[in-house]
Amino acid sequence: MTTAAPPSERHYIRFGRADRLLHAGLMTSFLGLAATGLPLLFSDMPWAATLVRVFGGFIIAGTLHRFFAIVMMAVFLIHVGRIGYRVFARGEYGLLWGPGSMVPQPRDFVELYQHTRWFLGLGPRPEFDRYTYWEKFDYWAVFWGMLVIGGSGFLLWFPAAFAKVLPGWVFNVALVVHGEEALLAVGFIFTVHFFNGHLRPGKFPMDLVIFTGVVSEDEMRQERSLELARLEQEGTLASRAAPPPTPQQIRTGYLVGGLAIGIGLILVGLILYSLIGSSH
Amino acid sequence: MELRSSLTAGALLLVLSAPAWAQPAKAPANDDCLVCHAEPSTTRGSGQPVVVQPEKYAASVHGPLACVGCHQDLAKVTEFPHPEKLAKVSCAGCHDEATSKYDLGVHARARRADPASPAATCVDCHTAHEIKPAADPTSTTYKLNLAATCARCHADAAVISRRIEAGNVPATFRDSIHGQALEKAGLVVAPSCGDCHRTHDILLKVDRQSPVHRTNVPATCGTCHAGVKQAFGASIHGVALARSMPSAPSCHTCHTAHGIRRTELEGWQLGAVEECGTCHAEALRTYRDTFHGQVQALGFARIAKCADCHTSHDIHPTEDPRSSVSSGKLVATCRQCHPSATENVLGYDPHADKRDPVRSPHVYYTAQFMNVLLAGVFTFFGLHTTLWFWRGFREQKTPAAPKQEAREDDDRGAAE
Repeated sequence: MTTAAPPSERHYIRFGRADRLLHAGLMTSFLGLAATGLPLLFSDMPWAATLVRVFGGFIIAGTLHRFFAIVMMAVFLIHVGRIGYRVFARGEYGLLWGPGSMVPQPRDFVELYQHTRWFLGLGPRPEFDRYTYWEKFDYWAVFWGMLVIGGSGFLLWFPAAFAKVLPGWVFNVALVVHGEEALLAVGFIFTVHFFNGHLRPGKFPMDLVIFTGVVSEDEMRQERSLELARLEQEGTLASRAAPPPTPQQIRTGYLVGGLAIGIGLILVGLILYSLIGSSH
Repeated sequence: MELRSSLTAGALLLVLSAPAWAQPAKAPANDDCLVCHAEPSTTRGSGQPVVVQPEKYAASVHGPLACVGCHQDLAKVTEFPHPEKLAKVSCAGCHDEATSKYDLGVHARARRADPASPAATCVDCHTAHEIKPAADPTSTTYKLNLAATCARCHADAAVISRRIEAGNVPATFRDSIHGQALEKAGLVVAPSCGDCHRTHDILLKVDRQSPVHRTNVPATCGTCHAGVKQAFGASIHGVALARSMPSAPSCHTCHTAHGIRRTELEGWQLGAVEECGTCHAEALRTYRDTFHGQVQALGFARIAKCADCHTSHDIHPTEDPRSSVSSGKLVATCRQCHPSATENVLGYDPHADKRDPVRSPHVYYTAQFMNVLLAGVFTFFGLHTTLWFWRGFREQKTPAAPKQEAREDDDRGAAE
């Protein structure tokens, strides 16, 4: 492997344009849903009333909530459709099993064990392939959340229609599930996902890969050495080579990512403040 | 002093110069009195004016009457100016019904208990020499003027601080729907102070005979709000109140006594929910766990609130078929907002309690499951994140372990 560019300048594509666009849609709709939905969950807090007034009242906040719900559902369905197409039409069975798959596999449990040993200073840092166990958890948490929050949300959106076939208590349950699962999703994304993806030492303040799509060879060697070695061995590494992100892309990445992380941290701060406030 | 000496001189002159004046037992005519009392400079020794304006007196309801008709002790006085201290005028001679009622009231009681009390007497409300019938728009006791008349004492800071627990009631009343109806709209059918408190036999609200005693309030309000009185009287609240149950609400419990506001106002409707919650605390708590209650708590009234389902005055126990939330009427009640609601809404609990496995098993066990899920995920990843942060921080501070460094160097060498 010899290229003209110095090692630090060499970059490889990690996320294609479609993946990045879908993530942007997911991120925007998630923030929108959180900001318009959390006030209901903490309706007894003054900040909640203020936030709803900022949106222009609960009718408008509710309409925005439904709009973002449609965006998120669309992102979800497009993603599932793409996966289906790639697997069934193009025969990319590697998406179902193996290092390029999001499906949890025995190696993930081994890596979790090794990673924990490293945390405790009992062993070396494990080497990872394309998807780590915590990334898979993020991914499947969204899948589960999409079904649970999305499903309960649709019940609550069209209560009269669903009540023609469902008993009334289902709507009591749907509200509890929608709220609690939302708290789980928001709490998880705005703390664990932010930390694992962006704020942890080594990544701080932000990992721009989801915005620029490319990762430097240095970073890939550090974070995903198994993938780098595998691609080299398969001989497909060169096909993934890409120019480094332009300063413009980096600026945009920091701006968009910073905004999202900022909004998320404010919301999670309000949640913590409310939970601590109400427990006394 | 100057005035007084000139007065004295004038009076002396009268007495000395006219033997005709010396004739006894001829009561002074009104014009005789007005010789001095029409004169604005006439004062008491203290400087307090004692003017009676002739035209105003003539226009008053007592205009045809003689001064000595009320000031009876002056009928026999022969020396003028007469002594400053006169017998107290009693209105009872003519107005025995009003005065005997007044004697039962709070103002008379206050004066009996403390002669120095500033509590109102007849003249404080009716004036002394300018009395008009209550039907006269210029009367101090005319419907549209009465509140201002009461306010002369009841809006006075010194009086309020001495006596009145409720504070500046006239100011509160002025802003109320009744006060505005009187003052702004000039509606003589709107109630003023006297319509609820009566005028002469005003009694404290703790007095069982008082029209504003809590058990009598529905009847008092019902003189105008007859339909509401009827509905409320039959309701669970009205029945309990009639039995004098201490916790039973009366009209003013929800509407307040003096600050009554339009019930169409968003602010009033939102506040009413809190008011119901002062007694029905559990119902308010479980309501707030639902979408209805959450939206209401955010300050929006266009959502189901207590009265939208339970009605305001026709409230009955759920088991009572008259109740708007009885099984026979519930679907119709829900349809006010959800026009296509079916019988299935009967299974929905607008007060589902996630803490109560008996009342709301579905919600209770769902909430339990979600709690375990949340606690599990956050505990696991909380620990994971904390450990990672701690390890990552250490790795950054101290150079990576030599073994790892060496391996990375090897890798890099191999790559190049």
